[in-house]
Amino acid sequence: MPIALPAPAENSPSPFGLSLSKARTFPFGKRGPGRLILPLLLLFALLAFAPAALAQSFPKFDDRGVVDAANLLDPAQQQALSAKLIAQKKASGRALVVATIPDLQGYDIADYGYRLGRDWKIGDKDSNGALLIIAPAERKIRIEVGYGLEGVLTDAVSSQIIRNAISPRFKADDMAGGINAGVDEITMLLALPPEEAKARAAAAEAAVRKQDDGGGGIIAFWIILFIIFFVALPLLSRARGGKRYRRGGGSGPIIIWGPGAGSDWGGSGWGSGGGGSSWGGGDSGGGFSGGGSFGGGGASGDW
Amino acid sequence: MSLKRRFSTVLLPIAGALSLSACGINSVPTAEEEAKAKWADVQAQYQRRSNLVGNLVATVKAAGKQEQDTLVKVTEARAKATSVQVNAEDLSDPAKVAQFQAAQAQLSQGLGRLLASVEAYPDLKTNENYLNLQSQLEGTENRIAVAIRDYNGAVQAYNTRIRTFPDAIGAKIIHGAKPMTPFQATTPGAEEAPKVDFGN
Repeated sequence: MPIALPAPAENSPSPFGLSLSKARTFPFGKRGPGRLILPLLLLFALLAFAPAALAQSFPKFDDRGVVDAANLLDPAQQQALSAKLIAQKKASGRALVVATIPDLQGYDIADYGYRLGRDWKIGDKDSNGALLIIAPAERKIRIEVGYGLEGVLTDAVSSQIIRNAISPRFKADDMAGGINAGVDEITMLLALPPEEAKARAAAAEAAVRKQDDGGGGIIAFWIILFIIFFVALPLLSRARGGKRYRRGGGSGPIIIWGPGAGSDWGGSGWGSGGGGSSWGGGDSGGGFSGGGSFGGGGASGDW
Repeated sequence: MSLKRRFSTVLLPIAGALSLSACGINSVPTAEEEAKAKWADVQAQYQRRSNLVGNLVATVKAAGKQEQDTLVKVTEARAKATSVQVNAEDLSDPAKVAQFQAAQAQLSQGLGRLLASVEAYPDLKTNENYLNLQSQLEGTENRIAVAIRDYNGAVQAYNTRIRTFPDAIGAKIIHGAKPMTPFQATTPGAEEAPKVDFGN
């Protein structure tokens, strides 16, 4: 009978690396659907993260505060600028980063700028970061302002800095001078003590935007539950009940269910993204990048 | 045998809870709230633009420009745009979203015309006040674009969630979730019937 095709599934290994007799208690353990669900979950996870993934390529972020991908500055100038930016960061607690971009890849500089800021996560959780972006090929300048700084570095002020401090020097071919003048002006503004209203507005904004962090707690809760049940409890009962779990054919699956199993299907289904991102936090150095976000604030100009 | 029973007593409650949570009981409302928050951003940015328009009109008027016709049109479009609001519950109604879109698109058009006509006046173009206003308007348009993109991303995530496997169960049975309408920023033919395409 050629129709009896499903039969071979009886012998094939379950997708969860679990011996079949024990797999029956697991909700997805029934072999037919189980094999379908795993790819489905994978696909689903991919779909959920799709919007974040379609960004264009950006230069690699360097935590010295200067990313001179278009090579406008010589090493000495870079070093001086970097020192200036790090000092600024230490003094004001707000991040200002200079980026020179050789190619905007056809994007408007404002469009490119906010994506770059989000990709590099300039500023901390309050999004108190700003970028000075120079695209020499397109002759465009942009000051990209994080959500939390929109009250300090307003569009109008950013535009004035570009028009009055940066653009004239660029026109005279003084790239380093223009960049430094712009950085100085922005530094002056960032050093201002944050007024009550501004601080409150920024806090309110940040509160709205933090809502999307909600999933982390639930994932952490499940991970802790799993650890309790599959690591702590077996260990405890092993200690108490002696060799019960050690001996005989039945012991294999339980060991698989331990930490090893966690990574085995956590990696494909639920845990991977959530667990990583909720604890991933600090990738600091000069501390410019700390999860800040951008919403198109700032101004553009040219020379 | 006792091992097996023990195993299932430990595993079953967890498995049950897990499969429940995988059905979108929490994730569907989370995604929905996310999209609603993004929509609030979109409206806030449009409101910001509308506030700027008043200043722009005043500046152009003060400079004594004879653009009465354009100015009146912009003012009217602004009044109309601010009168059309879409609250978060109506986001699953494509007609209401389309109406909002149309009103804002009209204001965009009027603004574009006004800014273009100003190009003919060199003294206004170098007026610091006007330049600041222009940069603010530009920044606001950028913010609108970003807010719309974020909103559409959130809507896409939500719509995908309520229509794909594990979450679709909870979305349908428990929440009765309806798909939300993505926002098309530039619809030149505002009078045409609203088109709903999810996943775009």
